[in-house]
Amino acid sequence: MTGARQPRRYSAGPGSGARLRAFGLVTPLLLFVGVTFIAPLVTMLVRSVHDPVVADALPETVSLLHDWNGEGLPPEPVYAAAARELNQAREDRTLGQVAGRVNRVQSGMRSVFTRTARALEDIEAGPWRDVFSGINEAWNDPATWHAIKSTGQRFTARHYLNAVDMQRLPDGSVTRQPEERRIYLRLFWRTLLVSSAITFLCLLLGYPIAHLIAQAPPRRANLLLVLVLVPFWTSLLVRTTAWIVLLQTQGVINDLLVTLGLIGDDGRLAMIYNMTGTIVAMTHVLLPFMVLPLYSVMRTIPRDHMNAAASLGATPRQAFLRVYWPQSLPGVGAGSLLVFILAIGFYITPALVGGSDGQLISGMIAYHMQTSLNWGLAGALGGVLLLGVLVLYVLYDRLVGVERMGLS
Amino acid sequence: MAAATGTGPGMGRIAYLVFCAAVFLFLVAPILVIIPLSFNAEPYFTFTEGMLRLDSEAYSLRWYREIVENEAWRGSMVNSLVIGVSATVLATVLGTLAALGLASPGVPARRAIMGILISPMVTPVIIAAAGMFFFYSDLGLGQTHLGIILAHATLGVPFVVVTVTATLAAFDRNLTRAAASLGAGPWTAFRRVQLPLIAPGVISGALFAFAVSFDEVVVVLFMGGVEQRTIPRQMWSGIREQISPAILAVATFLIVFAALLLLTVEWLRRRGGGQQ
Repeated sequence: MTGARQPRRYSAGPGSGARLRAFGLVTPLLLFVGVTFIAPLVTMLVRSVHDPVVADALPETVSLLHDWNGEGLPPEPVYAAAARELNQAREDRTLGQVAGRVNRVQSGMRSVFTRTARALEDIEAGPWRDVFSGINEAWNDPATWHAIKSTGQRFTARHYLNAVDMQRLPDGSVTRQPEERRIYLRLFWRTLLVSSAITFLCLLLGYPIAHLIAQAPPRRANLLLVLVLVPFWTSLLVRTTAWIVLLQTQGVINDLLVTLGLIGDDGRLAMIYNMTGTIVAMTHVLLPFMVLPLYSVMRTIPRDHMNAAASLGATPRQAFLRVYWPQSLPGVGAGSLLVFILAIGFYITPALVGGSDGQLISGMIAYHMQTSLNWGLAGALGGVLLLGVLVLYVLYDRLVGVERMGLS
Repeated sequence: MAAATGTGPGMGRIAYLVFCAAVFLFLVAPILVIIPLSFNAEPYFTFTEGMLRLDSEAYSLRWYREIVENEAWRGSMVNSLVIGVSATVLATVLGTLAALGLASPGVPARRAIMGILISPMVTPVIIAAAGMFFFYSDLGLGQTHLGIILAHATLGVPFVVVTVTATLAAFDRNLTRAAASLGAGPWTAFRRVQLPLIAPGVISGALFAFAVSFDEVVVVLFMGGVEQRTIPRQMWSGIREQISPAILAVATFLIVFAALLLLTVEWLRRRGGGQQ
């Protein structure tokens, strides 16, 4: 820094000193974002493929099962190891976690594990295979041992298979889940569909008003722009509350329709706590993200072009379709991409106004994080969603540039 | 447009204006409806007959009184301010420095760095919050103010970087060179010449960052305990559990607050942080 006073540095272009200073300015934030944001994402992704609970609690059982050929029931030493380690897990209070993990692969295992461990407490010696089969029938089923073997793997693709409705069979082959357990692909699909619908609605509503603002004289344009920015700045929870107030069965719109006699008091419309609620509220929330990029592109389209088209004999319709629309396409692309990216990961609004059939994939991630506590699966669903967002984000950067993320 | 449509407003033009008016109504009306309803004397979410008759009996401040007297709401207000201000300071300082660095010529991998710094803006919050829940708990930052401040600062960073970068793009570097040629060191040139000129952009970025934290609920939901309840967190449980018009009183307060933020940012923008 001693030589920094020399003015030479400023005129010398990107010299090594300037580069170093630039680097020094950027590094703190890069480190900060790396630790507070990127590292957590990595942690989540690691959790989606790494699960040591069973392997840590039942190390010998798992390693003996690894050598087991998988046919019939495992040999006596496996039972002996399981007896010792289940007992230990009960004392260490890790049994519940272990049982929970195995239970996800083979349902009913939770109670089998707890009951077996409790019974084993009073038994001193084998033969363990007989002891186990005496405690619970399930131990005579090879599927139980396959379940322990499979959850005993520290690294597993199980959660990702699960996230796309697939499963690995004991023989190692990968197949689709049985019909009644295929829920996630359908949910991903629904999320894409609903997000596309919302993007389209935003474009449909946003294009004309962006055009109106771009055409208006500056003072009026500013006023109209404020009308777009008010919802943009207003708390998301407030906007969602507003839609509950408007749309619920005893809400403002239903009351109005009843008063006007358009519907009977017993025929009130169900406009919220379902997919309609999700779509209406999300369109409202995301509309400014469509209008602002559209407006910033439309503002740069010279008015003369439309006038020229008209003077050359084009009808307003032709002039719009052949002159204006093509020039506004960058804005259409930027706005649509941004709205779509934000829509597919949206959580708060669907969670509050979506009811049971208006949930998107984000709601499922929250469910596995907070209720089922299947964090591996939550991580895998998040990983799939993150990949989708990342692809769209890179696309956005290529087409628009991330630093032009539509604000004012 | 008038030239293109010929003499007088045609049917098409009228339909277009009516449609636009309807969209503006769709944007603003839901927010405005909340305000009168927050003065409802009855515990309903809709206009009572008395309210429609503009009967003064039908209006009251009871929900505002309830909020002010409620310990939980007051606590959440303090939490929101403490967390919001701390996260804003952190995001603004780090974000402004980084934007300055990124604006100077010859920064290696500028595009990739920008991509990383702005990514918190588009990453679904549910994913970020899930990751943070694991990672921050491992560091012992789960259920602490500090953990949430760090998380909120990260979510606010992109807004600061974007806003300050846009302001710097319009900044004339010759001014810094002129200062340098007159003998000012880099720090003096920055403080006396560049900073005053980019200040509106920096303040706008800070207000964005504050608004992000002030409205954030998912991270608080995942990482916060009872001690970290913020206003949005409090509203979240209000909406989900015992929905009462007290929520509308808080919402009205937040609407007024948002309007003030918006007007400030617009004013700063027009004062020209160099932006058009």
